[in-house]
Amino acid sequence: MRMREVAVIGAGMTLFASRMMETGKELAWEAARQALDEAGLSLQDIDAVIMGTAPDAFDGIHKKGENLLDGAGGANKPYMRVYTGGGTAVMTPIAGWWHIASGMFDTVLVVNEEKMSSARPHAQSVFAHIWDPILDRPLRPNLVWIFAMEMQRYMHKYNVRKEDIALVSVKNKRNAVDHPCAQLADPKITVEDVLNSEPMALPVRRLDISPPSDGASALVLASLDVAREICPDRIVTIDGVGWCIDTTMWTNRDLAFPKFLARAADQAYKMAGIKDPKREIHIAEPYDPFNYKELQHMEGLLLCEPGEAAILTREGVTQRDGRLPVCPSGGLLGVGNPIAATLGIKAGEIYWQLARKAGRRQVKNDPVTGVCQAWGDLMQFSSVIVMRRR
Amino acid sequence: MREVAIIGIGATPFAPVTPDLSWKELTFSAAVRAYEDAGIDPRKDVQSFITCAEDFWEGFAIFDEFTPDQLGAAKRPMITVAGDGLLGLANAYMQIKTGLFDLVVVEAHSKISELLTYEDVLLFAFDPIYEAPLGGHPHYLAGLEMREYLAWTGTTEEECAAVVAKNKRNALKNPLAPFGAAISVEDVLCSRYLFDPLKELEIAPLVDGAIVFVLAEGGLAHRLSEKPVLIEGLGWWSESPWIGSRLPDGAYARHAAEMAYAQAGIKDPLREIDFVEVDDRFAYKELQHLEALGLARPGEAGQLLLEGAFGPEGELPVNVSGGSLGMGDAVEAGGLARALEIVLQLRGEAGPRQLEGVEVGLAQSWRGLPHGSGAVAIFRRE
Repeated sequence: MRMREVAVIGAGMTLFASRMMETGKELAWEAARQALDEAGLSLQDIDAVIMGTAPDAFDGIHKKGENLLDGAGGANKPYMRVYTGGGTAVMTPIAGWWHIASGMFDTVLVVNEEKMSSARPHAQSVFAHIWDPILDRPLRPNLVWIFAMEMQRYMHKYNVRKEDIALVSVKNKRNAVDHPCAQLADPKITVEDVLNSEPMALPVRRLDISPPSDGASALVLASLDVAREICPDRIVTIDGVGWCIDTTMWTNRDLAFPKFLARAADQAYKMAGIKDPKREIHIAEPYDPFNYKELQHMEGLLLCEPGEAAILTREGVTQRDGRLPVCPSGGLLGVGNPIAATLGIKAGEIYWQLARKAGRRQVKNDPVTGVCQAWGDLMQFSSVIVMRRR
Repeated sequence: MREVAIIGIGATPFAPVTPDLSWKELTFSAAVRAYEDAGIDPRKDVQSFITCAEDFWEGFAIFDEFTPDQLGAAKRPMITVAGDGLLGLANAYMQIKTGLFDLVVVEAHSKISELLTYEDVLLFAFDPIYEAPLGGHPHYLAGLEMREYLAWTGTTEEECAAVVAKNKRNALKNPLAPFGAAISVEDVLCSRYLFDPLKELEIAPLVDGAIVFVLAEGGLAHRLSEKPVLIEGLGWWSESPWIGSRLPDGAYARHAAEMAYAQAGIKDPLREIDFVEVDDRFAYKELQHLEALGLARPGEAGQLLLEGAFGPEGELPVNVSGGSLGMGDAVEAGGLARALEIVLQLRGEAGPRQLEGVEVGLAQSWRGLPHGSGAVAIFRRE
């Protein structure tokens, strides 16, 4: 059967930074307002609202989605919060897709908000409560240690050099210079800076990690018919969606290759009719909370063979002027990592690039098909969207 | 248009404490029953899974991590909906409607007995700047709303108490319900005022339990099940989260119902709906919700109840399952508990409480204090 087609018609995004003077509601409003303005719509044109925001523990607000709903424009509307940890960034637009593709709604506003600065003493302290209370918590694990293990495993299995991984931080933080919302852009950063930055849990060093942040992002989605009326000059459609969760037992997983991501990508590519993602995808925004994750996620997205992403990075293929621009937004490493709100640098960036609205960040290969991805939970979940310009 | 039907249901009995089972085991046992009921293998047949949960009820920072294994969902599409079970049902329904999937599983559970500080956690749901600092036991808000509802509609305390007597009596015939009792309106009126005018027996006690639903696309549903129950309409709606900006009219339920009625093609709900299950976590809410759903005029639900209209033998049986007052408040599983009864009745599997000749049923849920969000689902027997 033929599915009802869904287009992205507007995107918005706030500055990513520690924004202690603003509430989550205010951040959500700012992003929602921008996305509606870009779509040329007002709130009354919106049929339903979807909220994405990660742990309630950051703000200490129970049922945080309910608290944020008026800021996001959800008051007096069908309103829903979907939640897949860090994977929320790309999951909410997928939920928006099925709100419209099901025939239930014609226009949907997707708003993702995150405010990590409220957590004391640091947002990391919230992550003490994400572990299995019997098997993991007594070990007092910390996310950075876990990623140190994963990074080590990845480097070992595929013989990847730390220098090549550091190149990802350099590329993304330099790309972020052109992003008006960026928190950690650095035009002069070098591989040596990354390799010599403060050790966190080796091999992870400070500049291998994206910063915690506050911010919000929003997308306006519409059925293709509605989109053709509103913005016939820039039709960007959601052609493929996929998501997948792996077992909670992280100790049983392959830490070098994210199989759950390959499954999610496979679902999205099948739906989009993509047979050879290596050739058919022109631009990618994989989730890059750590520099090695960009490489691992390129491989999970089947954009190259396992272990090959580091080589492509070294050869410059993934630069903004390369054959396959990767994280041209500046990614989480450069723009910042307000978990769910990274929607704006993943789904938002692919939309802006395909709509030729990315300004100074516009890539050189005039892409028609792009893919974005987010990753979350206990290193076990991924969401994937394939978009196309018509 | 693709149709969507429920082809499998599984539930654990509801109980105030379940020390012998973890939340994963509770969910597992409901899932096994649902898969057996639908005759499916989750590892081969199910294409997508949905859990309905809130972090703070569960005691985790990212509860979504812990959802897949007990359902057989590892390495499958699965998400968490931070909301009530009926919202999970809505997402499953939409996923099937798109044509992407044919078979989707929805789960909601409560392990609220492990939460030692229920009031404090509930207070965290109030606005952190303007509302939560007022403190107090958060149920005070239900007392305030009840007072306003009584004044606004002329409903009496006696009518609210009659909800409790009816639902607890209904629960005597429901093996899943722990709070069945043959008590009188007098008994309820004599129970302590906890949040004046709200009395002790008018508040549904918290319970543990798990419910799993299997949904299928119409054609597949007919192949797999002899008694598929069709989802005819779904609606959900949120009012402002600010306590002070809402009327005591349950407008969230009214708008959710309007959306569901329009989709189901229902013009005269009172005539076209045979029985309903509505949220009754505080006794007055049942009356308020019936009025919001258009099943009674504002202020008339209480009188109709006293006349017997909402009893199992009445014109519109309400909460034949015993509702939350009889089954308990299973937090995010509450909506699926209401829907479960509708499915059992429409299949003719409700045992001693089976209603005669029912074809269309409605389940309604509310997100709970302090919010004005809720959902409505309408089901039809083939």
